[in-house]
Amino acid sequence: MESVGNIILYFIVAIAIIVFSVLTVTTRKILRSATYLLFVLFATAIIYFQMDYQFLGAVQIAVYAGGILVLFVFAIMLTQQPGKSAEALTSQRRCLGLVAALCGVALCGYGLFSYAGFAGKLLSSGVDINMEKIGQFLLSTDKYGYLLPFEAISVLLLACIIGGVVIARRR
Amino acid sequence: MPLNLAIVVVALPLFMFLFLGLVGVKMGRKITGVIGVLAMLVDTILAYGVALTYFFGSGEGQIVDGVRQAVVVANPAWLSFTDTLVVRMGVLVDPIAAMMLVVITTVSLMVHLYSLGYMSDHDGNAEKGFQRYYAFLALFTFSMLGLVVATNVFQIFVFFEMVGLSSYLLIGFYYSTPAANHANKKAFIVTRLADLFFLLGVMILSYYTKTFDFDQLVFGPTMSGSLETAQSAISTAGGATFLGCSVMAWALTFIFIGGAGKSAMYPLHIWLPDAMEGPTPVSALIHAATMVVAGVFLVARLFPLYVLVQGAMNIILVVGAFTAFYAAAIACTQSDIKRALAFSTISQIAFMMTSLAVSSNENSLIEIHEGYGLGYMASMFHLFTHAMFKALLFLCAGAIIHAVHSNENDKMHGLHKFMPITSICFLIGCLAIAGIPPFAGFFSKDEILVAAYHRGLGWGLWMSMVACMTAFYMFRIYYLIFFWKKHEVHDEHHAPKDQPWTMTLPLIILAAISCVAGFVPFHDLVTWDGHALHTSIDWTVAGSSIGVALVGICLATVMYRKENPLPERMANAMRGLWTASYKRFYMDELYQFITHKVIFQTICVPIAWFDRHIIDGFFNLLADATNSLSFGIRRLQSGSIQAYVYVYLLGALLLAAITMVCVLL
Amino acid sequence: MDLTLFMYLIPSLIMFGCGVYGFITRKNMIAIMISLELMLNSVDINFVVFNRYLFPGQMDGMFFSLFAIAIAAAETALALAIIINVFRIAKKVDINEITKLKF
Repeated sequence: MESVGNIILYFIVAIAIIVFSVLTVTTRKILRSATYLLFVLFATAIIYFQMDYQFLGAVQIAVYAGGILVLFVFAIMLTQQPGKSAEALTSQRRCLGLVAALCGVALCGYGLFSYAGFAGKLLSSGVDINMEKIGQFLLSTDKYGYLLPFEAISVLLLACIIGGVVIARRR
Repeated sequence: MPLNLAIVVVALPLFMFLFLGLVGVKMGRKITGVIGVLAMLVDTILAYGVALTYFFGSGEGQIVDGVRQAVVVANPAWLSFTDTLVVRMGVLVDPIAAMMLVVITTVSLMVHLYSLGYMSDHDGNAEKGFQRYYAFLALFTFSMLGLVVATNVFQIFVFFEMVGLSSYLLIGFYYSTPAANHANKKAFIVTRLADLFFLLGVMILSYYTKTFDFDQLVFGPTMSGSLETAQSAISTAGGATFLGCSVMAWALTFIFIGGAGKSAMYPLHIWLPDAMEGPTPVSALIHAATMVVAGVFLVARLFPLYVLVQGAMNIILVVGAFTAFYAAAIACTQSDIKRALAFSTISQIAFMMTSLAVSSNENSLIEIHEGYGLGYMASMFHLFTHAMFKALLFLCAGAIIHAVHSNENDKMHGLHKFMPITSICFLIGCLAIAGIPPFAGFFSKDEILVAAYHRGLGWGLWMSMVACMTAFYMFRIYYLIFFWKKHEVHDEHHAPKDQPWTMTLPLIILAAISCVAGFVPFHDLVTWDGHALHTSIDWTVAGSSIGVALVGICLATVMYRKENPLPERMANAMRGLWTASYKRFYMDELYQFITHKVIFQTICVPIAWFDRHIIDGFFNLLADATNSLSFGIRRLQSGSIQAYVYVYLLGALLLAAITMVCVLL
Repeated sequence: MDLTLFMYLIPSLIMFGCGVYGFITRKNMIAIMISLELMLNSVDINFVVFNRYLFPGQMDGMFFSLFAIAIAAAETALALAIIINVFRIAKKVDINEITKLKF
């Protein structure tokens, strides 16, 4: 039996995610869209905290909400005239999107929810995931060690930095 | 000298072809020619050595039971299809091959030497394409040598094609003149058509006898002196018949058609007169002395098989006898000296064919009676002597043409004073071909007539008549060139004169050979079964043949020695006949009519229409359909990423749905 | 009342559907990128939730999410750089107008 606080928190988060997700893709002002995305990301971080993955939640806030979203905002400000909203969608376009999205949702939902193996699972308590453990896993070469992906990601990020500079540089 | 040198004899011209053809351009023209002549000289010496060794040596295995054996010097496999079906390329020396080696190399050497002068202008500068010319001459020599030393019938076929090719190349040597192009196309197409039959014949023959090799087809039976083996080979096919004739008769007739194409037998002779568009030495080598006798050689090579199939032999006899007369009749009226000589060649080759065909008759399959095989020997003998004197005549004609720059005899007349050496050599050639003793032609032609009389009185009389015509037309040409009336010299400086030594020397040598070649003891050396024939000159036949030859010569002398209106009057008296003969009895027009009007109109045009409209149309339709379809679906490549994503997503969903349905079911 | 696995999957699923919808309908390239982020985020949630509910002793799902966040950051940075570059050349970020790569 979960604590009531947790359940309430869950509902708040779930509703926030649903509402802001929809708003993100339906608003006609791009900067608002980015803002709603920020809320979705925060809500996601709360889910991570609820799952006892504090580190992941922190990363979510720091990298996603703090980093990526700032990039978006910068890009929007560089490319958009302020106050200008996108023109209304044609109904045909909207229909296409809706069909694709609903089909996808229906199919995935059916796939997920028809599998009975997930049904009765409850959150097991007493899982201790502290920073020390994560650090050891990340830099370990043992079984379940993630040193190689870690290094690969670091190289990828380096390449990305260089690539970003090269691409966006004024020639 | 070992017989193995025969390989070198064959290979040397091939090497010279490659050498002159590839390196010749880098060298001077004259040097190329000199190298070609020297190599040919070496080749000739080797060939003589091989022939002498073969005929007079007594090496191991050469003579068995008093019979000279065919020697296979080398016989490597060339194409092996199955264990039993192997096509070999080898070198075989037997009497006719050795004889042909001598003939080919001699004439070829003379032509090589002669061409040094002929292919140059009057200042001695070699013509353009000189190296190419010599390379092709070497190629031809190689092909012809390869043909005569063939160890199997397939090899003969291959080299048959190669001599046809080199003939094509050399006829078309002056490729910028349309006439030469037409002539070489004509020669190639006609002989190709004949070779198709040859190939059919080869296939039928080898299918039923299970072999290509002469060893088993021909020599086994002849050398052992009995026909049993060959008969068994034939009799395996004996049961099989097609259209009422035995398969073997068909095979041998087809092979003869192949030979008839190369040897210009009626009605496949039409290419030879046109082939005279090539340089005259080429005519002498290919279209008078060597290649055109390939057909005779082929029949001679398979002679033991032909003996067994009398039907095929009768066809050869009729075709040969008719062609001899037909060509002689045309030769009587031609004004172009090379064409006249060409028809003379056809007639003489027909003599050889006839001679082969009269060697046997219905009764002589097994029983050997006197005169049996005489025709074979006589044919080969005539082949030998004819090659020499016809090459001589052509080279003389070449010298004359080189001097007066025309082929027409009305541009010549009275050249005797200007070109005495050429005149005498030409006279010797004429006497030889007419059959006046002691010149070469007398002996061989006499043997042919004897063989013909053995076969039947009618054949003998017929051939005698043709011999008479031969004498007549040759002396007609001779008189029209060298006498008739005084030669009109327009320009003292450019008066015709005897040509330089490179051209005169071959004439003298060939004239000398024509004088003495008749005394070669052919009946001891070249017989179909290796046994020496004991013949003596039958003076009743010989006397009559000399008689008819003299009649022909006298007639020609009366008509053409000095300018007189007699020939004109006779031509007018028989205007129709004369014109028909002059127009070669309209054979070319007939071919033209058949090919253009009949075959083209009724067969080719509808087929071409079918090809253009149905076949091409079908593929055009395919192409057009593809094209328009592509244009239709290119809208899918819209450049809009979202459209791609949409399609991708739907595809992924579809796949997922399918998977799910499968799992559920 | 218990918080089951499904309860976390529902918002994630809806978030993903919104991402798809946005990706297909939006014209602005930056908005498309934002939709992409939504989809990535929902996947991250799924990783984490499955990891936590089904295999609480292990942390593979969490690390996948971690790396996915890192890669998403890299990808976004590059994509925005490209978009800015395109804007510099074409003076617009409307995906319909930038269709040079068609037939």
